Amino acid sequence: MTELKLPSIDYAALSPILIMLGVALLGVLVEAFVPRRHRHLTQLSLALVAVLGALAMVVFNAGERLVTIGGAIAVDGPTLFLQGAILVLAAMALLLIGERSVERGGAFVAHAAVTAESADDRRQAEGSNGATEVYPLTTFAIGGMLIFVAANDLLTMFIALEVFSLPLYLLCALARRRRLLSQEAAMKYFLLGAYASAFFLFGVALVYGFTAGMPGRAAGVDFATVHAAVKDSPASPVLLFAGMALLAIGLLFKAAAAPFHVWTPDVYQGAPTPVTAFMAACTKVAAFGALLRVFHVAFADAAWDFTPILGAVAVLTMLVGAVLAVTQTDIKRLLAYSSIANAGYLLVGVLAPTGEGVAGTMFYLAAYGFSVLAAFAVVTLVRDADGEATHLSRWAGLGRRSPFYAGVFTFILLAFAGIPLTSGFMSKFAVFGPALESGQAWLVVAGVLTSMVLAFPYLRVVVMMWLSEPGDTTPTVAVPGGLTATALMIGVVATLVLGVLPAPLLDLATDAAVFVR
Amino acid sequence: MDEILTYAQAEPASAVAYAAAGGLLSSVWLLVAIPLASAAILLLLGRRADRWGHWLGVAAIGVAFVLGLGFLLQLRGLENKSVELSLWDFITVGDLRVDFGLLFDPLAAVFVLLITGVGFLIHLYAVEYMAHDEGRRRFFAYFNLFVAAMLLLVLGNNYVMLYFGWEGVGLASYLLISFWYGRPSAATAGKKAFLMNRVGDAGLAIGIFIMFATLGTTQYDEVFNGVGGLAGGTVLVLGLLLLLGACGKSGQFPLQAWLPDAMEGPTPVSALIHAATMVTAGVYLIARSNPIFSANTTLQLVVVSVGAVTLLMGCLIGAAKDDIKRVLAWSTVSQIGYMFLGVGLGGGAYALAIIHLLAHGFFKANMFLGAGSVMHGMNDQVDIRRFGGLSKHMKVTWITFMMGWLAIIGIPPLSGYFSKEPIIASAFERDDWTAWLFGGAALLGAGLTAFYMTRLFVLTFHGPKRWTEDIAHPHESPKLMTIPLVLLAIGSVLAGGLMAWNDGLASWLTPVLDAEAGGEAHGVLSHTVITILSLLVTVAGAGLAWSLFRNGTATSPQPAGVLVTAARRNLYTDAFNEAVFEKPGIFLTRALVFLDNRGVDGLVNGLAAAVGGGSGRLRRLQTGFVRSYATSILTGALLVVAAFLAVQAGWLA
Repeated sequence: MTELKLPSIDYAALSPILIMLGVALLGVLVEAFVPRRHRHLTQLSLALVAVLGALAMVVFNAGERLVTIGGAIAVDGPTLFLQGAILVLAAMALLLIGERSVERGGAFVAHAAVTAESADDRRQAEGSNGATEVYPLTTFAIGGMLIFVAANDLLTMFIALEVFSLPLYLLCALARRRRLLSQEAAMKYFLLGAYASAFFLFGVALVYGFTAGMPGRAAGVDFATVHAAVKDSPASPVLLFAGMALLAIGLLFKAAAAPFHVWTPDVYQGAPTPVTAFMAACTKVAAFGALLRVFHVAFADAAWDFTPILGAVAVLTMLVGAVLAVTQTDIKRLLAYSSIANAGYLLVGVLAPTGEGVAGTMFYLAAYGFSVLAAFAVVTLVRDADGEATHLSRWAGLGRRSPFYAGVFTFILLAFAGIPLTSGFMSKFAVFGPALESGQAWLVVAGVLTSMVLAFPYLRVVVMMWLSEPGDTTPTVAVPGGLTATALMIGVVATLVLGVLPAPLLDLATDAAVFVR
Repeated sequence: MDEILTYAQAEPASAVAYAAAGGLLSSVWLLVAIPLASAAILLLLGRRADRWGHWLGVAAIGVAFVLGLGFLLQLRGLENKSVELSLWDFITVGDLRVDFGLLFDPLAAVFVLLITGVGFLIHLYAVEYMAHDEGRRRFFAYFNLFVAAMLLLVLGNNYVMLYFGWEGVGLASYLLISFWYGRPSAATAGKKAFLMNRVGDAGLAIGIFIMFATLGTTQYDEVFNGVGGLAGGTVLVLGLLLLLGACGKSGQFPLQAWLPDAMEGPTPVSALIHAATMVTAGVYLIARSNPIFSANTTLQLVVVSVGAVTLLMGCLIGAAKDDIKRVLAWSTVSQIGYMFLGVGLGGGAYALAIIHLLAHGFFKANMFLGAGSVMHGMNDQVDIRRFGGLSKHMKVTWITFMMGWLAIIGIPPLSGYFSKEPIIASAFERDDWTAWLFGGAALLGAGLTAFYMTRLFVLTFHGPKRWTEDIAHPHESPKLMTIPLVLLAIGSVLAGGLMAWNDGLASWLTPVLDAEAGGEAHGVLSHTVITILSLLVTVAGAGLAWSLFRNGTATSPQPAGVLVTAARRNLYTDAFNEAVFEKPGIFLTRALVFLDNRGVDGLVNGLAAAVGGGSGRLRRLQTGFVRSYATSILTGALLVVAAFLAVQAGWLA
């Protein structure tokens, strides 16, 4: 009779994750037991309280550096920084998701199973209250992301990947209007996401095979074992390299790097805009957090041989994002391509094998998240009778109709373009500097050149908004409710403050840029 | 490589050190803050500020000028004439430290006075010029924004601050060029300016990153003290990138094409941004970075060549153009070529280039505003073949323009003589055959300048009337436009002489532009000979133009020889740009769009069609796109895995 040995669990360190998942379960119960008319308020407050509570616990844990629950979760500087970033950005996204005054009933469909374009569908679009299942789904997704950036073995990472992906697939299908587009987006995202997960899982299997046979050490997929195996496993290195490549592909898919970016424009366009904002900000943080951890912890001694290949991916990503952004005619697709290009710049930071590279990448993730959320917040406001007016031609002359919001959007676009004194400039600076110091000059040159190209579509929107006459079809800008206004203001102020006074957050990121193994 | 890269010995240059700002100078940040605040007020108040907004804009610049003058007087009394004011630590991460700080030194001081002084006069002029434009308040907001950015550019104490200002002026100029967005040509010109500037900006940005990587700093003092320790190749690359930035902003070869097109903006914009201030930012950058450029002779040779090529090119094209603003624009390109020549020659010529820059600021702004005044009186006509005889109708404009004309062609004792002739002389002060090359180019340029400027002047103000039918009596412009003209004309007459008097400005600038190479001329020709020669070619050029155009000219394009046709077409540089940059760019975009949307899909469909045949199947296959996305991901995945394995097997190492 062998005694079952339980791993020690540090509940305090895990508390942000536990809070999110616990409240998500609670949210499911709320759906079942709370009367319909109270659900929206209950769910929204519950989700916000959970996010703020989890954030408080992240702050409380600030000094922790440990590996817990049998080596499955690592709570260290990058974990806490990225969890904090995810939670702050998720809080803003929740504000957008909870908005119901811009459009009657909110941005979500009331009954997801109604046949698209039918009479029922039109009726629900007119003002039935949106489904409140979105809150537990979002909370689950946030919980999954928190695990994803903390995962210290490949299986936990895979499970976290699924935990945050599945709710996102569903959320994409829940747009109130243009249901076909939304359902198509969800379907595409699901199929391709499952496909990418398969790559990831196959990679895990190969890496597991590689770790077998080390003297005095069992095979496993926790990062400590993988790291040890990279040094002295007797197995064929082909397993390691093929496994590493497949893992990278799975993660690069979520990060929207070319050529694994193909889903991004369709999904960003079809998903309800608050969900798009959530994905653009939080999924990016989670995906790059995982990439950082895999390359800096598990494969630290092997990965840097492959910088040229991932560098080529980064350059291709920047190029695809920047060049294709030029020809877009839909603002959501334009932002999607911009997000692809930004994935390329983030990869430059990931490929700098120093603490400064990690710090720069984390700073970039946070800063970009704020700006992109604010950008999508404005997109939710520009509407006509049929919902959001996302075609770019409709934005012509917006500066005359509504100078304040056009001004805010201009500022955000300038930040995306990397104009100095905005966070966009600082974040590019923060990733390009370390990359150059570690000898990746070609990546920096490609980055600077493509960001010059990318500035052009942004400026085109600016010129369109300010320097053309409003036509009959120019939509009005809805007066935002308190929730959207709050999210928008947080995003804009953060974009400005991180551009003018970036030092505190950069210091925080630098102090946090040490992984535990 | 040794034949090509000849490095000057790293001379133990005296260390650059800046003093901390105290007293009045600790409020030097007001120079940037005041125009910025004014711009913000004008933009935020909206229509409410329409009635008085323009006066606020003018006052902001006026106050900045007075402050600048006060700071300058303060600076004169100081031991160390370079004072630094650190506002806050902008970035401090590890070794990276970027200060959000300002530097007020003799070089910055003269730029501040030029920007605010000439800027004030141009603002004043614009009050009247834009009086009938409903967007006047917005115009002044952008104009103030530009001045704030330009002041930030010249006042920063490190390259990142300079880059902030650099981007800021680029943005403001883009907005101002496209100000009359209703005109398609204005919108196109705005785009062209933006794109060409981005090329230069990319160079500057990469240059700044290289400083970070090699020196770990971008503070001026630390970079200049550290540059002696860098490898020659690094200095060369760094300098070339900075030069690329300078060429973009200053409209120098090969990035010159945007500047003449930028004339689509309102005339005061052309005068302030595209003649007096922003386009000289490149010269400022090189002069400011003189320790970098002086550290490598190859680099200097490149700068001199760029200057010489551009100055001749500008002259040739300017002589063939018929649009009054475009002639002045190409003339600007050419005059900045002289400045690049000066900063490239190094040593004492740095100061000469700055003197020419300041003098040029006066007479070119004067002539641009004069051109605006002519257009104002002639129903916005810009074709000089449709002018003539205006000297009788627009006396003030005529006299003031004449001062600008005499100044630019370098007739003593007007300011061009004191600023351009020394540059020509120092171009001859080289040790080898290049003295003849660059000196000859500068001298030839002087003759050509005299030719095309005289052509412009004579065709506009003298000779028979060739007006279009709708003009009966051209009128002189109102007082608010002529007073700035008169003041600028006085500047055109006196500025050069005052600055050159007793080497006043050169010695003022000595702390910044280490002019140890002074002393007597030891060139291939004596200074007197050069002076006489340059006066001779000037008079010859002007005389030729006078005799050719004194009786007017045809009002429609005439058939011309190869050279003139080439010059009319901007020496085919636009065609070159189109063939080399635009076409491949368009092709690349199309190819990427095609691949992204249809390429992979088409491949699959094509294969399926080839295998199965039949259009029905083909149609069925085309219904979904997910499959093609998956194919694209699979292709990428196979490539990435193959590349990983190839690296592992050592094939790519």
